[in-house]
Amino acid sequence: MLRVLNLEAGYGNLRVLKGVSMHVSPGEIVALIGANGAGKTTLLGAIAGIVRATDGEIVFDGRAIRNAPAERIVRLGCALVPEGRQIFAPLSVKENLMLGAYARRRREPRAAAHARMEEVRGLFGVLGERQGQLAGTLSGGEQQMLAIGRALMSAPRCIMMDEPSMGIAPKIVKDIFQTVVRLRGQGMTVLLVEQNARAALAIADRGYVLEAGRIVIEGSARDLLDNRDVQRAYLGKEYRRIDE
Amino acid sequence: MFDAKCEAMGREDLAQLQIERLQLTLNRVYRNVAFYRHTFDAAGVAFEKIRAIEDFKEIPFTTREDLARSYPYDMFAVPLKDVVRIHSAPGASRRMIAVGYTKNDLRHWTDCAARILTAAGVTDQDVVQIAFHYDLFSGGFGFHQGAERLGASVIPASATMSLETQVTIMRDYKTTVLIGTPSLACNLGTMLDAFKVQPQALHLRVGLLGAEPWSEEMRARIEAMLHITAIDSYGLTAVMGPGVAGECACKDGLHVNEDHFIVEVIDPRTLRPLPPGEEGELVFTTITKEAFPVIRFRTGDVSALVPGTCACGRTFVRIRRIAGHIDDRLFFGGRNVFLSQLERIMGEVLGTLPHFQIVLDRKDGVDGMEIRTEVSAEIPSIDELKTLDRLRLAIVQRIEVEAGMQVKVTFVEPKTLARSETGEVARVVDTRE
Repeated sequence: MLRVLNLEAGYGNLRVLKGVSMHVSPGEIVALIGANGAGKTTLLGAIAGIVRATDGEIVFDGRAIRNAPAERIVRLGCALVPEGRQIFAPLSVKENLMLGAYARRRREPRAAAHARMEEVRGLFGVLGERQGQLAGTLSGGEQQMLAIGRALMSAPRCIMMDEPSMGIAPKIVKDIFQTVVRLRGQGMTVLLVEQNARAALAIADRGYVLEAGRIVIEGSARDLLDNRDVQRAYLGKEYRRIDE
Repeated sequence: MFDAKCEAMGREDLAQLQIERLQLTLNRVYRNVAFYRHTFDAAGVAFEKIRAIEDFKEIPFTTREDLARSYPYDMFAVPLKDVVRIHSAPGASRRMIAVGYTKNDLRHWTDCAARILTAAGVTDQDVVQIAFHYDLFSGGFGFHQGAERLGASVIPASATMSLETQVTIMRDYKTTVLIGTPSLACNLGTMLDAFKVQPQALHLRVGLLGAEPWSEEMRARIEAMLHITAIDSYGLTAVMGPGVAGECACKDGLHVNEDHFIVEVIDPRTLRPLPPGEEGELVFTTITKEAFPVIRFRTGDVSALVPGTCACGRTFVRIRRIAGHIDDRLFFGGRNVFLSQLERIMGEVLGTLPHFQIVLDRKDGVDGMEIRTEVSAEIPSIDELKTLDRLRLAIVQRIEVEAGMQVKVTFVEPKTLARSETGEVARVVDTRE
């Protein structure tokens, strides 16, 4: 579904991605883990068309999308849930959701967008309850649900999530991850960037570890959980042993 | 198929997976293994610029000598405490190679072996008798783990017990699958009579054999003697162990587990990769191994990539059955002949391996081969002329059937073949122009 080959991208003279190759097959949940500054957000940004790639290929559903306009990528069915939610605080919940359907406004009747909004409310009941409320007044967890809901409003087949667990209570994180699993059950493909490697690998089929702009580990979620480097660096396993 | 999602994956998806795994393997070995860092730097290879499998030919080869020089642990790409198993492979000049496995390496090995077993027709209903050695050399372990993973009933018979005990177990435990070397299968077949066991009295149906080169003729003999289907497999400890490649029911080449290994066939003289169909030396790169990755490892084994696709549905590339080892190959009459094969036949017919010398000549453009053999007291009843004639004929016939060529066998007096200063008989004398 999504194929990245030898991707290089960065900001100005700063090369962040140094030849990244990875893929996500249809219906897969793939976790991308790595330390701060490894390039995870840059990778998602490059796929979504909001960070300029200088070399390599990005192919979504058989179409080359490297440096394509962001809205075209959304229209093709690849949506991003950005880091830190990036919802529009002064707008209502409903307005935020409708903005998610903006890219499709000329391609489908309004009724289709409304039908989809019903689905999103079904997925996150709280968004239905608070549809008139200003988004800025929602809790962190609710804002995250809104950000995911907004991405779903573009009717994507692949959804990329950047740190959905950041700054959210563990119980809500669990709910959100369960929703991700449910979405996959409906055929959604998911690329999940997470600091919380344990939670991400618990629901993922496969994973990649990105270090300093390069992929250094790939494998099934089980491979990653059993990999001692992953345990040391991202699961905090050996530190605990030292404490004891 | 054990894992159809992988074994029958599209070639385009496989190419993507291979380049991803190759790149991360290169990233890891460059960072963690001094040998590769130095080799890449010395060769001026910008491994980061490996953008496609085709760029591969710029990366230097790794030889058995390289691995032996790094004895014991310098080739490990993880700290020793991450290693959960250590096997050994024969190195160069009598040195050994220590090969480590992490928990993930063992699981992948098990899965690879399970795939090969499944391709050979083994299921959870089978009783599997493993007659490989269980020791430092990975032999029995790979298939043992794989067969357990399948849920078969596994008998770790190993190769140390007598043929008679193997047969007794085979009969009493109702073994359905024999795993071991083709020589062992052949010997078992030959001895059934002596043990007064009819092949029909056995439940054996599959022989998954390997670890040494064997011919189609030998396969036919084993199948006839034991009433089984004999399937070939390939693996080596330096790369992983048994389970690198194996035949499916089509018996038309061995499928390489390409999601774990990149296979190449090179011309051993020019070191250039050869296209499918052309015979050369097998070269493997591991792309999932954590503890002991090898990059473009020259196996010395002679094979070729099989062109085209296989009827079984597996998309993994096939290699031809191993013809022999590069070091004991000689060209004769436009084909490859392996000394080890001749040695084996001589040993089997004579019951011992005497000193012998192969003399090659060419008359009117036709290659001729004479095998001069020193008689010795160890050859049973060698003093009778009739015996000599019978042995000569037996050798000639076996070589004709198994190696497909006509040779002349002569017996000479003890200690008459020319010796070198160290007392060794030159194995091959080539008088061809």
